[in-house]
Amino acid sequence: MFTPFQTIKLVSKKLPAILLAIILISCESGSSDEIVGVEHAKLTQAPFVPPPITRGHATKVIIDLEVREVVKPLSEEVEYVFWTFGGDVPGSFIRVREGDLIEFHLHNHPTSKVPHNIDLHAVTGPGGGAASSFTAPGHTSIFSFKAINPGLYVYHCATAPVGLHIANGMYGLILVEPKEGLPPVDKEYYVMQSEFYTEGSYGTPGLQPFSTSKAIEETPDYVVFNGSVGALVGDKSLKANVGEKIRLYIGNGGPNLISSFHVIGEIFDLVYSEGGTLASQKNVQTTLVPAGGSAIVEFTVDVPGRFILVDHSIFRAFNKGALGMLDVKGKDNKTIYSGKQADNIYSGYLSSGESNVNPITGEINNQNGGSEYVSKFSNGETTIDPELLEAANKGEGNSKPDFSSLGQSVYTSTCAACHQNDGKGMPNVFPPLLNSDWLKKNKEAAIKTVVHGRTGEIVVNNKKFNGVMPQQNLNDDQIAAVLTYVYKKFNNSNVTVAPEEVKKTRKSK
Amino acid sequence: MNPVIKILLLFLFLYEAVDVTAQNKSVTNKMVLVKGGIYKPLYVNDSSETSVKVNSFYMDRYAVTNADFLKFVTSNPKWKKSKVKKLFADKSYLMQWKNDEQLGENILPKAPVTNVSWFAAKEYCECQGKRLPTVAEWEYAAQASEINPNGYEDENYLRKILEWYSKPSADRLPKIGTIGKNYWGVYDMHGLIWEWAQDFFSAFVTGESRGDSGLERNLFCGSGSVNSSDFKNYSAFMRYAFRSSLKANYTTRNLGFRCVKDYHKNERVK
Repeated sequence: MFTPFQTIKLVSKKLPAILLAIILISCESGSSDEIVGVEHAKLTQAPFVPPPITRGHATKVIIDLEVREVVKPLSEEVEYVFWTFGGDVPGSFIRVREGDLIEFHLHNHPTSKVPHNIDLHAVTGPGGGAASSFTAPGHTSIFSFKAINPGLYVYHCATAPVGLHIANGMYGLILVEPKEGLPPVDKEYYVMQSEFYTEGSYGTPGLQPFSTSKAIEETPDYVVFNGSVGALVGDKSLKANVGEKIRLYIGNGGPNLISSFHVIGEIFDLVYSEGGTLASQKNVQTTLVPAGGSAIVEFTVDVPGRFILVDHSIFRAFNKGALGMLDVKGKDNKTIYSGKQADNIYSGYLSSGESNVNPITGEINNQNGGSEYVSKFSNGETTIDPELLEAANKGEGNSKPDFSSLGQSVYTSTCAACHQNDGKGMPNVFPPLLNSDWLKKNKEAAIKTVVHGRTGEIVVNNKKFNGVMPQQNLNDDQIAAVLTYVYKKFNNSNVTVAPEEVKKTRKSK
Repeated sequence: MNPVIKILLLFLFLYEAVDVTAQNKSVTNKMVLVKGGIYKPLYVNDSSETSVKVNSFYMDRYAVTNADFLKFVTSNPKWKKSKVKKLFADKSYLMQWKNDEQLGENILPKAPVTNVSWFAAKEYCECQGKRLPTVAEWEYAAQASEINPNGYEDENYLRKILEWYSKPSADRLPKIGTIGKNYWGVYDMHGLIWEWAQDFFSAFVTGESRGDSGLERNLFCGSGSVNSSDFKNYSAFMRYAFRSSLKANYTTRNLGFRCVKDYHKNERVK
């Protein structure tokens, strides 16, 4: 028998359910939240991103992701056993829409040595899916989640010991597009930074085992974009055309370091910091990407050339591998960027009190033309090389350079700062490359000097020099090209250097 | 001391020594004695239980081989590849064998048998009058390096173990005995295969390792009884994780087993 009290209790128990039902019904009518249809997600390997989602409704998305433990190069001559989501590091890019119901199938390949799971930061639920996806080798786990929050999320393996699984390459990105979609752009790319901890130091050849102690101390040997040194360099660099709007989905797998992501020579027009859906800042030079976090950046490329992606914790870029490239093709825009216009002798007048600014007009004399400027301050010798000026103005990376123009561009960007554009070097400081007796006699040693650097006394054209030439961060092709260029251009010599010779020298340290 | 007694004592000593040698000989073929001691598990059930006493036991010198297991299934047909019940072994059971009676070209008879379930391994041992080792027994025997019953104090030893995990699965497993023996005379405890344990399901890893490590930290650091090197013992973490990803009917390519037997004073093991 019901007492009034019980009746009230019963109604009050049911009331929220009824209210909820009303809300649900009202939401479903005319809303895009209703799950319609089923589709299999198309995943991509970095640096590529699946196309934007055009459907205007939520759907059930089936994702098949296979874990494989594979041996791949970490750098030239260096191999590592990567634990991967989808066969590659970083893991496959997953793209779904806000409101989608995702049925996740995690397959652990039978050849795997260890069990794995997946924690997707896009999941609302215990362990981000990790607790439901723990999978022995040769098995498959299935779990489902609703993509409630739009944004760009990291996913990773969380099996014990979690640090090791991440350190071995188990991370990737999942983009949950907002219902209304993201503004259209011309190109989208996927770039993910991470570190590797190896028993051998950077560049030590062979299959390198993981170093527990280095990982705990957070001193990686490698900091890379997209899983290996040079994964975004040369032929594999990102491509774009002048005028295009680029969107980069940037992730940081860690396991330890925070990235100061920067593109040399570009300013991010918009940054969705930390991978959220609010474009939180305009005109950003460097954006922080936390370990286990992400960022979305957008910019329009206005001028052609090669733009370098770095972690601006800069030793990581030049000594540990955190360097990528974006090659932009198209027409120059001299009003935005001129290229090098002049290269003049500078006598040190600024610190000696003289000025090259006209006190009446305020004009800088330099703008009147290089030669006038030079004749006023120096011995009258001009170092403008019209050929080089033209080359510089052309913009490197404009098209795939042939061997001689590669040599020239490497010389301009790397060597000329010390050895000068004319190859004469600097008395007592930098040895000349022009008509150098040392170069004529020492081809092998020349290659070695560029590859490994050189310290100590050297006699060139009867003059002693005693300085340091740093090791140059150039690849085999670049070194071969620039040395061939130096022999031809400055020594009128037919000596050529082949990339294979450089490779040999590099190995024989 | 009386010279006669001296000689008698010497004789007795010699007799003992000879006897010990004989006893060792009788067990060397198959099993060796692992002398009991204290083992500190990586994961424990409650904070008071930070170490476990392991009694002396006999352990197979080698992991069970394909040839051994072929003999077993021949005399126990219900464990043949084609006959085994799905309840007791999943569909990758003996996956690399050619058929019920033949191993196939890629399989060395002297390599450890893998793709066997816990049920099959358990029954194999029982048929020999043995049993599967407990996790504590297996871990205790496995912590011995070549020269030390507790090699885990040696960082180089740990690093060597970890290197196996840093290598991809071999296309075909090598023969038993090729990795080397440890202090107890047991071969290939690390670097050849994973091995089943009787109570493999008792490990504490849930698959959500960060929760586990929090749990573990509370228990361990709270009781202050475990030194920090255990946190660096990544190979142990991985074995625990591996065991907890399994169910008793699972079979995987790198998972095999060996058997043990209780040690009783005055009893000889054949």
